[in-house]
Amino acid sequence: MSPLARRSRSLWTDLVVAAAVLVLGYLVLRAGKGATVNFDPADVATADTSPARLPYDAARSLLRMFAALGLSVCFTFVYAYAAAKSRRLERVLIPALDILQSVPVLGFLTVAVTGFIALFPGSVLGLECASIFAIFTSQAWNMTFSFYRTLTALPRELDEVSRSFGFTRWMRFWRVELPSGAIDLVWNAMMSFAGGWFFLVASEAISVGNRAYSLPGVGSYAGAAIAEGDLGKIGWAIATMAVMVVGVNFLFWRPLTAWVEKFKNEQSEASEVQRSVVLDLLRRANVPTAIGRWSRPLRDAVGRGARVFGRDDRPLVHDPARRRAGDLLFGAVLLALLGWGLYDLLRYLHRRTGLGVFGEPLLLGLATLARVAVVVVVATLVWVPVGVRIGFSPRLARIAQPVVQVLASFPANFLFPLAMWVFLRTGVDMNLGCVALMALGAQWYVLFNTVAGAMAIPSDLREAMDDLGVRGWQRWRRLILPGIFPAYVTGGITASGGAWNASIVSEVVTFGGTTLTATGLGAYVFRATETGDHPRLIAGVAVMSLYVVVLNRLVWRRLHGVAQRRYTL
Amino acid sequence: MTGEVLLSAHGLTKAYAGADGELPVLGGIDLEVRAGEVVALLGKSGSGKSTLLRCLAGLVPASSGTVAYRGEPLTGANPGTAMVFQTFALLPWLTVRQNVELGLEAKGVGRKERARAAGQAIDLIGLDGFENAYPKELSGGMRQRVGFARALVVEPDVLMMDEPFSALDVLTAENLRGELMELWESGQFPTRAVVLVTHNIEEAVLMADRVVVLGARPYGTIRSTFAVDLPRPRDRRSTGFLDLVDSVYRAMTGRPKDAPGRSVLGSTPLPSASVDGLSGLAEILARHASDRSDVADLADGLGLEVDDLLPQIDALELLGLAEVSGADLALTPLGSAFARADVQESKRLFGEAALSVPLVSLLATSLTRTPTLRRGFFRDLLSHHFTSEQVEGQLETATDWGRYGELYAYDAATATYYLPPTPPLP
Repeated sequence: MSPLARRSRSLWTDLVVAAAVLVLGYLVLRAGKGATVNFDPADVATADTSPARLPYDAARSLLRMFAALGLSVCFTFVYAYAAAKSRRLERVLIPALDILQSVPVLGFLTVAVTGFIALFPGSVLGLECASIFAIFTSQAWNMTFSFYRTLTALPRELDEVSRSFGFTRWMRFWRVELPSGAIDLVWNAMMSFAGGWFFLVASEAISVGNRAYSLPGVGSYAGAAIAEGDLGKIGWAIATMAVMVVGVNFLFWRPLTAWVEKFKNEQSEASEVQRSVVLDLLRRANVPTAIGRWSRPLRDAVGRGARVFGRDDRPLVHDPARRRAGDLLFGAVLLALLGWGLYDLLRYLHRRTGLGVFGEPLLLGLATLARVAVVVVVATLVWVPVGVRIGFSPRLARIAQPVVQVLASFPANFLFPLAMWVFLRTGVDMNLGCVALMALGAQWYVLFNTVAGAMAIPSDLREAMDDLGVRGWQRWRRLILPGIFPAYVTGGITASGGAWNASIVSEVVTFGGTTLTATGLGAYVFRATETGDHPRLIAGVAVMSLYVVVLNRLVWRRLHGVAQRRYTL
Repeated sequence: MTGEVLLSAHGLTKAYAGADGELPVLGGIDLEVRAGEVVALLGKSGSGKSTLLRCLAGLVPASSGTVAYRGEPLTGANPGTAMVFQTFALLPWLTVRQNVELGLEAKGVGRKERARAAGQAIDLIGLDGFENAYPKELSGGMRQRVGFARALVVEPDVLMMDEPFSALDVLTAENLRGELMELWESGQFPTRAVVLVTHNIEEAVLMADRVVVLGARPYGTIRSTFAVDLPRPRDRRSTGFLDLVDSVYRAMTGRPKDAPGRSVLGSTPLPSASVDGLSGLAEILARHASDRSDVADLADGLGLEVDDLLPQIDALELLGLAEVSGADLALTPLGSAFARADVQESKRLFGEAALSVPLVSLLATSLTRTPTLRRGFFRDLLSHHFTSEQVEGQLETATDWGRYGELYAYDAATATYYLPPTPPLP
């Protein structure tokens, strides 16, 4: 290729990239402007449902998703760093994170809506913040755990390089720690982002304290369409959602996962690499290098400024007496705070309803627990054989995997009205029907983890089994089930968590003026939210968290342990 | 020795937390490193040589005693040293040039000056042409060159090398050693002293002005020091070189004078040697005249360094299957029977021999009293003498040996030892 032709091609790609940046900027501005408009609480509930509004609504929804992602990344950096660097904070922050992870996300949402609306009275910003916060709570904990693990399990020699060459703390973070964790962090963020769509939809149209709120977005559009019972408009909303899920994957996550490969800590070239057309286009363009060049003085200045954070060094001598005194003081302050908080909470509950408020949700939890169990068992029986079939066939896997991933990230609550329509026609009891709704979102985790597990079984093991004539049930018992077990457990944990979360929106569903209700903890929390009954809301969310924690400790964590010890390939 | 004292350690001890108090790794080290010398710290694995290097570099705090740089006691990372790592420890997401510039960037050197200095170091170490490559595109030897350039560019007073050649193949290691010593001799080397950690005797004698031999048990102490005044470049075939290697070898493998006579749990660690490796070595010895061979020849014949064979040799000696006398290794009558036996017989003989090893015999005799015992029980016993990492290694070897000798069985799922059912008579 002649230099001239080369030049013109780069120019062309540059134009495309520049235009894309411009359009993106415009869209953010345009969508963002709406977020600060004052609103009259009376008319927010009625969204305009002409399909022409959908692109604007979609942009607003996307902006929310990315704002939540940005917030999650910042939170991850600060929280994980604090937990990894401070011995004292670690003892508080990590158990706290473990609990936060078990609280159903929609529980956060209801609390957040009340809080943020009080914070920004008379502006959509409060609702906007609450929605972003709900999505944030579905993403942040996972990402924080992943980054914390990176920080604490940094390879010893990288830690020594940093200290031996006297890196500044700033350099250590950007040059050593963040790159080490980048791959895990990006993949975790992608998975969490996929889960976030569900909460986006749930948070855009919500009733709290006997008032219905709604934000312009795809979720609220669908909500309004559902209220009208217009299947055509619901179809438009579903199509828009699908375009968004696929589009974000293609334009954002695929390039990002392909780019982040460069942070792989391996000493040889990988045989199979993630590829992305968009990333290739960006790489060919001059824009990124130009930005790199222009921003160099700025980065240098920031690096110089950041020297104030000090050098990465560990003092060789400690004063044990001072350390002990510090520990004691820290523990005392913490206990005092905790005791005061608990006392205040109990007093509040006692004054409002009495502590008996926990009784009802504990009982209702059993019904929801049974549903979650059914979801996991049925999903296992159906999807494990299918997943193994797909995983063993490279051709099928190539086609099926992206499809399954999109299905998994597609918010299931979008499809609820369709299911409702079926229920209404066939007269299925909601107590059974809501199991199907819960499964709608949760089942895919079982499927795609099984596919991944089956693909990871070495083909020489399968050939050896063929060679020995191991077939049928014996083959399943000796090779396939043990082989997919670790991946299956991961899928099962996610599916079970997803089902608990989904119960809050699945046990009570409305379609065109008809409301179907099932008996369960999810419906209890939903009603408490709707009527603004705070003591019941607190009790419901607390009991649900308790169920999740106990289930994880008693079942999933044990299975995970067995998988780690015995069935790691 | 007349150079200025750059690094000094006095009464340096290092202990890690164990079950009942501290487990010493280093005990009472006194060492000085002066300008103009190359010091090799030589020892088997577990002798604490890497820990000593890290104490000198200020990366690991000493339990007692002092480490000083130019007379100033260290309070953090040593400002006068730069480290070269066994595993290279390059940042894989940075190019060669960016990796080399790291130390200067940390010092706050400006972009232009950084590029100039890095270019010079890259040039010196023979990396030009590779500036924009990523580490994963390079061969092992080239990667270690980046490691050297990165350390040299900050012009440290003392270059610290932690087994820098042991991850490289023999030819690459030889070439890199040669080039490095040429640079050192030519005076172009931007550091004033070198400390080299190695388990390779020839490497130590080839490179160092002073070889410090560290002994492993009961904990790391300086066993002896050898001054090497052979002219450079040193000839591996010269008698002076071979004699020195021989004496160093004896110092390294010989039992220390004050070693306890009786073998007990704490003083008799199991070398990490698998049964397959031991039988292999015994069979090779049995092919030699009178079941005896010079250790260096033996290693040579296998294409290995002497120190690669040390765990196997130690294990054969511990089991009473072979004996070291001078530079020779010879099978005992039991060992020679073991080497020539068929599978069933060799298992029986091995089991017999293994019963003379304290840990194995402890396991076997405990099980005659209680039918099953948890691994944790032995872990607790061992943790009085070893760090938790070493404990796992000890138990792994003991499990392997005992299983092969059919002295006991082990169920990994429940982590319990038990006696195997007696096989039915044929």
